[in-house]
Amino acid sequence: MDILNALVAFLNFVFIPAASYGAQLALGALGVTLIYGILRFSNFAHGDTMAFGTAIVIILTWGLQGLGVNLGPLPTALLALPLGIALTALLVLGTDRVVYRFYRVNKSAPIIMVMASVGVMFVMNGLTRLLIGVDDQIFTDGARFVIDVRSFRDWSGLDEGLALRTTQVLTLVVAVLVVWALFRFLNRTKSGKAMRAYSDNEDLALLSGIEPERVVRITWIIAAALMVIAGTLYGLDKSFGPFNYFQMLLPIFASAIVGGLGNPVGAIAGGFLVAFSEVAVTYPWRKIVGYLAPDWQPDGLLQLLSTEYKFAVSFMILIAVLLFRPTGLFRGKSV
Amino acid sequence: MKKLLLATAATALTVGAAAAEDIKLGIALGFTGALESLAPPMEAGAKMAIEEVNESGLLLDGSTVSTVNADTTCTDAAAATTAVERIVTAEGVKGIVGGMCSGETIATLEKVALPNGIVMISPSATSPALSTIEDNDLFFRTSPSDARQGEVMANILMDRGIQTVAVTYTNNDYGKGLADSFQAAYEAAGGTVTVNSAHDDDKADYSAEVGALAAAGGDALVIAGYVDKGGSGILRGALDTGAFDTFVFPDGMVSNALTDRFASEIEGSFGQNPAAEGEGRDKYIAMAEDAGFDGSEAFSAEAYDAAALILLSMAASGSSDPATYKGSIMDVANEPGEKILPGELGKALEIINGGGDVDYVGATAVELVGAGESAGVYREIEFKDGAMEVVGYR
Repeated sequence: MDILNALVAFLNFVFIPAASYGAQLALGALGVTLIYGILRFSNFAHGDTMAFGTAIVIILTWGLQGLGVNLGPLPTALLALPLGIALTALLVLGTDRVVYRFYRVNKSAPIIMVMASVGVMFVMNGLTRLLIGVDDQIFTDGARFVIDVRSFRDWSGLDEGLALRTTQVLTLVVAVLVVWALFRFLNRTKSGKAMRAYSDNEDLALLSGIEPERVVRITWIIAAALMVIAGTLYGLDKSFGPFNYFQMLLPIFASAIVGGLGNPVGAIAGGFLVAFSEVAVTYPWRKIVGYLAPDWQPDGLLQLLSTEYKFAVSFMILIAVLLFRPTGLFRGKSV
Repeated sequence: MKKLLLATAATALTVGAAAAEDIKLGIALGFTGALESLAPPMEAGAKMAIEEVNESGLLLDGSTVSTVNADTTCTDAAAATTAVERIVTAEGVKGIVGGMCSGETIATLEKVALPNGIVMISPSATSPALSTIEDNDLFFRTSPSDARQGEVMANILMDRGIQTVAVTYTNNDYGKGLADSFQAAYEAAGGTVTVNSAHDDDKADYSAEVGALAAAGGDALVIAGYVDKGGSGILRGALDTGAFDTFVFPDGMVSNALTDRFASEIEGSFGQNPAAEGEGRDKYIAMAEDAGFDGSEAFSAEAYDAAALILLSMAASGSSDPATYKGSIMDVANEPGEKILPGELGKALEIINGGGDVDYVGATAVELVGAGESAGVYREIEFKDGAMEVVGYR
């Protein structure tokens, strides 16, 4: 029984939250890594573009709810996703046309592109606030739980409860589908192969007749889709605040760099690695240890770092990887 | 030079006896930010007192009072200082009803009110640190210190037979002060605090914090936070993961927003906030209803009393100069004198103008003790059948 209790407590407080957070980070990191691999700069505007896309999805969701449309147990926001992605894609394509293309044509150094993206970040943040205001928005509807604590306790007879929210399951399922679709696209279609060729060697790709602007457009559209999906899942699962996505930028970049910038598999692995480290390092293990070893009851909470230092975990992983394996775990490009 | 000094002194002497003037009062509350849902009823309360005085026309030979708002944002001390600096230096306010949250109030008191010699009466800043702060007798509050709230909360928990609790507080002067004073009182009464940890506001996700609190365990969770910010996030997370079933809410959480968001899920949870019972309060709530706002919201009545105290003290000292009227505030608030309830400000002014003494009771049974803070009566609330009910006063 005690082992089961320990397992349930672990699932409830460590595994499930970390897995859904990891999926959200992985989707964000995929977008960053894609832009880095093909457009060759670190897009600092990523977080705030996620916020903007999510804001559009929220407004569309309100519209749908107003019309009485819903998806039963699933959040209505899923229905609003495609249009939200389309609108965000238009915005990032416009941004590329107005801002980034100039630097690309002039073959500017990557650091200049990065600085330009910082400017874009501020503009995006302003746009988001203009669009939806500065307040937190909760737009989750449908069934809240797949498994809720009380019914789990009644069913299992255990002391520990287990909660599994609809949004957590949704996050994992959508993330798996998106990753599957992305890899299929990159590996099987002509456009995907063109993107990979362009990423590997730009000049060689040009020589073999690949149209660069088309590759760039496709990249932005895919990145926009990843941003809106990641942002919406994060907003559904947690809550939407226009400033929260900026704070996600650090763990997202940590994930992408840990996995190896420019390497999609690495981005996914990095996302989960960062999420699990963050949760595991800041979780007090006393209760779980108490179940497993009832004779040994320590005074402390067995917590490595207090929860306020969650972001420090991302930094530590980042520094360790950059020091010992600058190309990341999966051999991406060196930073 | 001598002539100039003489002239200045002469002007200063005549100021007290000046005829009707337009007195500006500042209302410095967090109109945006962590407690924004509490600010409008507080502002309405302060304005109601001012309105009453204006209608009577009895203040300082028929002087009128107007208000200037400053948004203190509750959490951003720099923004609060700028906003209050503006109403003091540019608008020339003669007194301030505010600030709202403790950290911001300490900052504006030290950086603006003290250097400029402006009286501040806060309706809602409750940090114990404000009891001992160097204030040059310029700072008062119509709410009690959290040192007192900590004791009250500990007593409520003990009376309900809850022996172990986890505590989480919002990471600022208010949260830390309250959590520490509670822990001291609770442990002195024989209870055990399993963990006393901070949470930061404005985060999307509180699952790590909730996980830590759950691991420490306890029969109840004390959330010393803000209802419009992290406090609700912690509560949401704790409910979702089933970490705790019973919650204890101090004053930053007790509001109608809490009922709207969580009422059906927090059956049996309880809390307390400063709010006196009695004739004054009933009268105030009725007056507020006529004026079109909810007078039972937290700190609304305290705001009314803060504004009333400033104005009555001006009348009692015969001057709108903060350096003069600050000395009358304790006299007006405490015995001896005729008891003054809300809605009787006109009568109070008549008595004062006639040379009599008043004891301002107001909407919250004002009795200023120590360095000028309310002695404090708390109402104990409990969630029953999806509604917030007042179960007693202590």
